[in-house]
Amino acid sequence: MTIGLTHYLTVAAILFTLGVFGIFLNRKNIILIMMCVELILLAVNINLVAFSAFRGDILGQVYALLILTVAAAEAAIGLAILVVYFRNRGTIAVEDVNMMRG
Amino acid sequence: MDFSFVFFYLFAAVLLGSAFMVVAARNPVHAVLFLILAFVNAAALFLLLSAEFLAMILIVVYVGAVAVLFLFVVMMLDVDFAELKQGFLQYLPIGALIGVLFLIELIAVASIVVTGGKIAGAPLVVNAVAQGARNVSNVKAIGDALYTTYVYYFEGAGLILLVAMIGAIVLTLHRREGVKRQSAAEQNARTKLAAVELRKVPFRQGV
Repeated sequence: MTIGLTHYLTVAAILFTLGVFGIFLNRKNIILIMMCVELILLAVNINLVAFSAFRGDILGQVYALLILTVAAAEAAIGLAILVVYFRNRGTIAVEDVNMMRG
Repeated sequence: MDFSFVFFYLFAAVLLGSAFMVVAARNPVHAVLFLILAFVNAAALFLLLSAEFLAMILIVVYVGAVAVLFLFVVMMLDVDFAELKQGFLQYLPIGALIGVLFLIELIAVASIVVTGGKIAGAPLVVNAVAQGARNVSNVKAIGDALYTTYVYYFEGAGLILLVAMIGAIVLTLHRREGVKRQSAAEQNARTKLAAVELRKVPFRQGV
């Protein structure tokens, strides 16, 4: 019994769906939404690495590396904004983020 | 007898289970810990795909930096997470419906694209075979591509990290009022003339 490309793609598809599902489920908690975005990016990375491995082309792994960089930067900036917001308002509920609404 | 499929199913099951617990956990600290478990298992899957460099990067960058950052923020912010969980089940039906539809579509696409061991006409080769023929390690193969053909992308990634670092520092830096700080310039500008005062104190009268 061998593990083919489809197995990895299926795992990544389930992981991606769990991430999207989590955004729907935890739509009040911005920290959990960001964690779900990380899960989605991880699923994308698994896809890229699986294609890269099964096609014997290293470019997929280079691209996964760049996605990893962007994900790390996104997490750092997002959490910094979150900390500043919490410092100003004392809450992180997504529904209360309407300060700039006209 | 090749047992690698056993490890694939083990790592994939733990990965998906911990990803589900990230979504469903009541305590956000537990969610972050399950996120770390998911990343470690994804790294193990990368190892099975013989992408060793990315596996190690995933552990170092994600588990070592990003997940700890999440943990730090979750523990630092004094938030009533129980209140944020209110109405948690309200979105369950619509979320589950969209999730299941999405999953069916994705798996259908994945299984159609990969029929007959071919992707868009190109034959599938396992990485180990392809790399064994060229006889280079995974790290060397990535470096050969990243530092030559894709060097501008590499520089761009560095620039993105620099912008993220400066942005995070600028956002979170704030000067509190009423805090006594050391001012080296002021200290160095002090002279004996300005700092010391000599007075003639009359006897039994004080200053």
